[in-house]
Amino acid sequence: MRVRAYGDRAVLVELATTQEAVDWAAGLETLLGSAAGAGGAEQLEQVVPAARSVLVVARDGVPVVEVRRLLDRVEPRPAAASDEGDVLEVPTVYDGEDLADVASLTGLTEEQVVAAHTGQTWRVAFAGFAPGFGYLLGEDDRLHVPRRDEPRTRVPEGSVGLAGAYSGVYPTASPGGWQLLGRTDLVLWDVDRDPPALLRPGVRVRFVDVGGAAGGGGA
Amino acid sequence: MSGLRVRATGPLALVEDLGRRGLAGVGVGRSGAADRGALRLANRLLGNPEGAAAVEVLLGGLEVEALADLDVVVTGAPAPVLLDGRPVGSHARTRVAAGSRLTLGVPGTGLRSYLAVRGGLDVPPVLGSASHDVLAGLGRAPLAAGDLLEVGEPAGPLPATHAAPPPGDDGRDVVLRAVLGPHEDRVVDVAPLATGWWEVSERSNRVGARLQGEGLVATDDEQLPSEGTWRGAVQVPPGGEPVLFLADHPVTGGYPVVAVVVDADVDRAAQLRPGQRVRLRWVTA
Repeated sequence: MRVRAYGDRAVLVELATTQEAVDWAAGLETLLGSAAGAGGAEQLEQVVPAARSVLVVARDGVPVVEVRRLLDRVEPRPAAASDEGDVLEVPTVYDGEDLADVASLTGLTEEQVVAAHTGQTWRVAFAGFAPGFGYLLGEDDRLHVPRRDEPRTRVPEGSVGLAGAYSGVYPTASPGGWQLLGRTDLVLWDVDRDPPALLRPGVRVRFVDVGGAAGGGGA
Repeated sequence: MSGLRVRATGPLALVEDLGRRGLAGVGVGRSGAADRGALRLANRLLGNPEGAAAVEVLLGGLEVEALADLDVVVTGAPAPVLLDGRPVGSHARTRVAAGSRLTLGVPGTGLRSYLAVRGGLDVPPVLGSASHDVLAGLGRAPLAAGDLLEVGEPAGPLPATHAAPPPGDDGRDVVLRAVLGPHEDRVVDVAPLATGWWEVSERSNRVGARLQGEGLVATDDEQLPSEGTWRGAVQVPPGGEPVLFLADHPVTGGYPVVAVVVDADVDRAAQLRPGQRVRLRWVTA
């Protein structure tokens, strides 16, 4: 773990892996909720977990040195065992435009790509990019693929994609460079719902293949 | 009913307060007034809570009609303020009678003025804030002619002070204090940010100010993992044209952050006009 200066209001805590970042952010949350971290929550404006780092921002008027002192006391908390709690099911039509490319990049057949995507439990590691967009970390690395060389100017809402070690679902239409496997009708983001995001850090997800007929046939 | 009827908006007029807290976990950033100090000042002069919602007006052009007797203040970029055609000036509390019209002209310097009203704008919050976030598409849509803005109840007495000095920026070159960023080693030479002048691009908005200059050269093109970002961060995309993040910056980003402007100077950054020149001065955090 390495703590880097990030202006005069924040520090960037760098960790080796996404899992370590998730565990460290969970440890910070535990500390803030405990007697030992008393007052700490009032010192922080925002905690932003990401791929291999956690950005910790001080509240207005709180010297960043106070935040550094708090961080020294964080003990990473390993994520809970993967068999606890509910799993959010995401019904998916696997007719994405990049399914064939993903197959060739991974050396799998298209059917094997779908089987691998539906056959593991994913967990939201962190959010970003857009409201309600969660970066999902899986259990095996067969589906690790680079982003597309040329991002699309518009990816439709509900598109299910892959990039790096992550899978994700576009909550709204936006530009994007992920490799598209398919799509879901599940509404992932709704400001009139509480909570508005279905994919929040820690939520476990399984993709369910609901057949490709709806979209007029696969890749 | 106590309120304001919007008659004209100029290029862009948005409702803003001090933004949304603690929602990075679901990909929602802070947003809020681009010049937070100007919003706070306007509210203080009106006896409002300092984060009460107001109108952020880009380069003037806003005209509103009072539907009741109201106290208002305009702060931020010093725009000419007319009450029924008569100049009343900015950075001072003004009484507007029901039926009167208040107009903001184009400020001589700066970019964003704030029209606050005693009692604050009563705009339904989205995720805890009335702010419009242009990147996330949250909050009330940009104002349009004909819109009604309701006004809340005053929270306390009017303060004795009714005016404040306008900002001192003269519209010329600006130097912002900054700390070296976590990825300053991802460009061949970060020094030009502090030694050369950078011109603010027309392609700037509430997400960030784009800086045109000599260009910064990345040391390699390996993708960085996505990481949290914050207001004031200077991010360098592959083109080498730095972006200084403002109120509606993304929650996470994947390009190197080579500098971070100190918080006290970010409001000034939000007032930089396209064509104006800026450079950084290094300080330690």
